[in-house]
Amino acid sequence: MHFVVCIKQVPEKNDVKINPETNTLMREGVESIVNPFDAYAIEESVRLKERMGGKVTAITMGPPQAEAVLREAISVGVDEGILISDRAFAGSDTYATSYTLAQAIKKLDDVDVILCGKQASDGDTAQVGPGIATHLDLPQITYVRKIEEIEEGRIVGERLLETGYEVIESSLPCLLTVVKEINEPRLPSLKGKMAAKRAEIPVWTAESMECDPTYLGLDGSPTKVDTIFTPPPRGGGEILTGDADEIVPQLIEKLKELVVGAAS
Amino acid sequence: MSNDPIKVIDEACVGCQLCVKACPFGAIEMDEKLAVIDLTTCTLCGACVPACKFDAIEMRQSEKAQADFSAYQDVWVFAEQDDGVIQSVTYELLGEGRQLADDLGMHLCAVLLGSNVSEQANELISRGAEKVYMVDQPELTHFQDEPYAAIISDMVKRHKPNIFLCGATTIGRSVISRIAVETGAGLTADCTGLAIDPGTKNLMQTRPAFGGNIMATILTPNTRPQMATVRHKVFKEAEVDPSRTGDVVPVDIDKALLASRTKRLTFVPEEDNIINIAEADFIISGGRGMGKPENFDILHELAEVLGGGVGASRAAVDADWIPYSHQVGQTGKTVCPKIYIACGISGQIQHLAGMSASDVIIAINKDPDAPIFSVATLGIVGDVFEIVPRLTAELRKVLGE
Repeated sequence: MHFVVCIKQVPEKNDVKINPETNTLMREGVESIVNPFDAYAIEESVRLKERMGGKVTAITMGPPQAEAVLREAISVGVDEGILISDRAFAGSDTYATSYTLAQAIKKLDDVDVILCGKQASDGDTAQVGPGIATHLDLPQITYVRKIEEIEEGRIVGERLLETGYEVIESSLPCLLTVVKEINEPRLPSLKGKMAAKRAEIPVWTAESMECDPTYLGLDGSPTKVDTIFTPPPRGGGEILTGDADEIVPQLIEKLKELVVGAAS
Repeated sequence: MSNDPIKVIDEACVGCQLCVKACPFGAIEMDEKLAVIDLTTCTLCGACVPACKFDAIEMRQSEKAQADFSAYQDVWVFAEQDDGVIQSVTYELLGEGRQLADDLGMHLCAVLLGSNVSEQANELISRGAEKVYMVDQPELTHFQDEPYAAIISDMVKRHKPNIFLCGATTIGRSVISRIAVETGAGLTADCTGLAIDPGTKNLMQTRPAFGGNIMATILTPNTRPQMATVRHKVFKEAEVDPSRTGDVVPVDIDKALLASRTKRLTFVPEEDNIINIAEADFIISGGRGMGKPENFDILHELAEVLGGGVGASRAAVDADWIPYSHQVGQTGKTVCPKIYIACGISGQIQHLAGMSASDVIIAINKDPDAPIFSVATLGIVGDVFEIVPRLTAELRKVLGE
């Protein structure tokens, strides 16, 4: 079977600081990592390959340095990585991003399962996975917490909902987005690290993927960032100290006020 | 290359680096005394354009000319239902949608898919929907990605709403992402603020980014509909007014749209999570300071007395003290209760991203320097194991009265 995992390079930390003089945000010395949710998608794709045979292809869309996340994927068992990189992709929103990734997947042979993390930690939209499925006209199971069964042409997965989970059967090919609960990602082996170092990473461009330029980058993105700003800081409030005998009665009084306040 | 959406005019750039400082995303670097914008990092936010005193940065606007939007009328809301129960986020969407529709002079409509849902359609009218597009089919009893997306996309294409809102829930995010691609609409995730620009009539969609560290306002200036998902508990529910009237419009659909390549086999409710914390008004959360799984019992007891739910930090979940469904924070749930009580939680930024919108935050922690205190309405420097059981006992007495 052919498994494709879509991954994204994201900043390691989201703690952007504010420059008080210019009121703009500063991001200093930010390391880049594999989107944490994608690590579960990578691990699951490798487990599926180990169970079913076949291969795993990882794809990422980003700048040339995003190649690093593909090597990381290869170090834990992914067979090959493809970097999707072109200046024409600049300014892509989730529509243009899912179109571009779908174009790449169309060029791959006999894909059975496409896996994505449930969302990326920098954008938090959860829109790209279902977007890819729609561009490719494929069924989807989102928020998968467990794959119960997989066989030729059929998969059964558990989708995590707010109040429990539902068991969903789908035909293949199919797109899955996975949640943290699905597995515990392995660490790279020495052999994996060597493979990652040696791997040739091809770069696919808008032209090589036969993209329609009207769906790419800024022009292909219906949404635009208009302004960015810092949320008003939430200041700390009153602090109570002392032993439980002193604190609990005060706390009860406060709670009464707060509950009454909240109810009104 | 000349088609780049943003560029530095080399002849005008004096190498002052003001733009480098102004870039929130670290996308501008100096190369031989000239500013160079890394397009792969640049989000086209435009912060550098006014920062340049020499007019050396040019940002191109999208080439698509603004089309005529007069055919796009009405504000639509996706009425999420589960087993015939309208989810409360729907009422919040109707509350906010009412405001937007009034500002635009448009009608507020709800889209309801399900089986035997005419009573629910009337409920939506009592909450302010002027029109309810209802698709009543036995196949639609439970949410299914493909038929739901196909049917709604078809309705969107035929009726052309101006705005379409959906809850940022598991189901909402899954279905509207498909609808947006199917209809070529712009979609903004997880909005916490919505407003109409009085001049352009565009929907200004404000959402947190980078784990809530910055806010961004997003527009869909050149296409319609404008689609957005909205976080639960951010907006007030529309009040029930039984005197309201409206039209329930049963929609006949092409049966081919009911086709689904996925099938829901069973649903398994979570047993130990009777209260969905995303819905709870009170949440008692435990972190690393709880020490071991049994210690969560005191939090469950307090939650029971208050009629709330139990949450947890990532540290507690990773230690297997409590299931993942209880996790609050960036990789867990975003919650917005009336009162959030954080017990033995230090307050990592990822945790704060999931709960800092709570109305009231009470933090109990031994460490007076814990970052959680910086967001707490009320901070208690003390021992959770002494304070919580006594608080529960006292509250039982007070509430019993």
